[in-house]
Amino acid sequence: MTEQSYNFAYLDEATKRMIRRALLKGLAIPGYQVPFASREMPMPYGWGTGGVQVTAACLIPEDTLKVIDQGADDTTNAVSIRKFFERTAQVRTTETTTEATVIQTRHRIPEVPLAEGQILVYQVPIPEPLRFLEPRESETRRMHALEEYGLMHVKLYEDIARHGAIATSYAYPVKVEGRYVMDPSPIPKFDNPKLGGNAAIQLFGAGREQRIYALPPYTQVVSLDFEDHPFEPSKAEHACDLCGSEVSYLDEVIVDDQGNRMFVCSDTNYCTTRQGEGHTGRLSQKGEAA
Amino acid sequence: MYVATKGGERAIDAAHRWLGDERRGDRTIAELDVAQIREQLGLAVNRVMAEGSLFDPDLAALAIKQSRGDLIEAVFLIRAYRTTLPRFGSSLPVETKRMHMIRRISATFKDAPGGQILGPTFDYTHRLLDFKLMADGEAPEALRSEAPSAFAPHILQLLDDDGLMEQLDVNDDTPPDLTREPLEMPAARPLRLQALARGDEGFVLSMAYSTQRGYGRTHAFVGELRIGTCAVEMEIPELGFSVEIGEIELTECETVNQFTGSKSEPPQFTRGYGLVMGQSERKAISMSLVDRALRWEELGEENVGAPAQDAEFVLYHCDNIQATGFLEHIKLPHYVDFQSELELIRKLRREALQAQVKEAAE
Repeated sequence: MTEQSYNFAYLDEATKRMIRRALLKGLAIPGYQVPFASREMPMPYGWGTGGVQVTAACLIPEDTLKVIDQGADDTTNAVSIRKFFERTAQVRTTETTTEATVIQTRHRIPEVPLAEGQILVYQVPIPEPLRFLEPRESETRRMHALEEYGLMHVKLYEDIARHGAIATSYAYPVKVEGRYVMDPSPIPKFDNPKLGGNAAIQLFGAGREQRIYALPPYTQVVSLDFEDHPFEPSKAEHACDLCGSEVSYLDEVIVDDQGNRMFVCSDTNYCTTRQGEGHTGRLSQKGEAA
Repeated sequence: MYVATKGGERAIDAAHRWLGDERRGDRTIAELDVAQIREQLGLAVNRVMAEGSLFDPDLAALAIKQSRGDLIEAVFLIRAYRTTLPRFGSSLPVETKRMHMIRRISATFKDAPGGQILGPTFDYTHRLLDFKLMADGEAPEALRSEAPSAFAPHILQLLDDDGLMEQLDVNDDTPPDLTREPLEMPAARPLRLQALARGDEGFVLSMAYSTQRGYGRTHAFVGELRIGTCAVEMEIPELGFSVEIGEIELTECETVNQFTGSKSEPPQFTRGYGLVMGQSERKAISMSLVDRALRWEELGEENVGAPAQDAEFVLYHCDNIQATGFLEHIKLPHYVDFQSELELIRKLRREALQAQVKEAAE
């Protein structure tokens, strides 16, 4: 069977319409988890089937798609998803954040601020921020309905009592427009401040858990905290060893048997763009330095 | 010097090619064809059809070949194919009382109208390796006789006629379909049965087994287990009547469960139900036990906190495609999350060590 036997962007139009309805509902009630009839996709659950379905429902032939995983365009799963849409939708793809109209991401928000007209699609493993406090779906839905978030605050408080700090470093819960507590997907909490007031549309798809939720542009998003323990985004206290950036989120790489480390931007497009502009870091090759 | 890992695309292509080569195996050995798998590995084909929710022995055999015999992978291939198929209608409910049976047993009655048919079963084989099969031994053909002229009634129907079975709430409502609607709790029995019918055989088996060992005991007897083919009929609007569009093989199990009564129900026998595509009797029996355990609420029984009584637990975890995907996804890169964990642990350690030093100094 060839790619031609599948509809544009793989899903049939009726399925896309069903997903778009869920997306619109999600945008109308920011942070609310909309159940949707997630389809079985030709990649495994946990590999971004929710994100892929949302992207498929959003794509039009004129779109330019960027896919990142851990901030990088060239990790295997990002490559695989990009290839999937190249095959089934024949859309233009790019690695440049500013050129993309749709960006599907896993675990990061790009460093470069997004603009109006862009859509950021998140892959979400566990959409329910209360799941690890209460395993029952029927119960957590009730808690959201009644805005009963005391359990979450108790958990954060217990962290502080026990460790002196909130021991959540990624998938850090947020409150949307003062109403719904939302899981921002497993982005590092460093990225949390970019969720709020963002010019782009942010869509979240959880395939296995059959949930969609959304943040319209310029939505108020607040990371949960306490007055005396304010939320603190954090990153490695280094500069990028390749582009010298002191403000980007860094990956730590073990470079030899002695356990020496280097730090590089997790956002590969951001890093290579900076290097192209002549920025250098501690380990930039001599001669290349501008 | 560190160079960012490039070439994900080349690696993927090479890996796929290698996988194809491994699948083929030693090229001096004849290649399996799909028909051989369909005919000679029929129970594997049945399992893939049942858990893939698609009755197509040829495609299931192809999936088994393509997946190198990894049945969950084969189920996945079938599921991914199934979702792309257009729905042009629904069949009429399949009448299992009009089944052409190859096997039918009851553990509750020594004999019943229609008789017991042992059929092609492993039940009384001695599990001794048959080395003749290794040495090209031809199996003798099965004995044949005339098929019975009448369909055999369901055995539980006989108890029903005596008023000893619970009354079922029978209606013609279209059952929900979890492949088209998101699974939402609480789930009514038709939805639970659909989830179990396509659930992982191993998971459903273990859940059923746990009820037998006391975690939500339901005292099940196999009232009837029948395997055979049933006609699938469809109403064609243009014709105004239904036509037979094919037949499928099914395994159906009805259990009878002792029930001493509750606040709302008198003492009577209750039922558990299992229906699975193909010849899959382990699955059908397991399903009927789990179905019965999940019915505690509607029968006014006590929830003893057993896993098999917990519909959310059972339904959200019985699907092996969801389970395997989410389990295996932890192979994917998690550098970013791990990095933030590293920083957190370093920070907490630093603070803990500082506190210790301070304490020692005091």
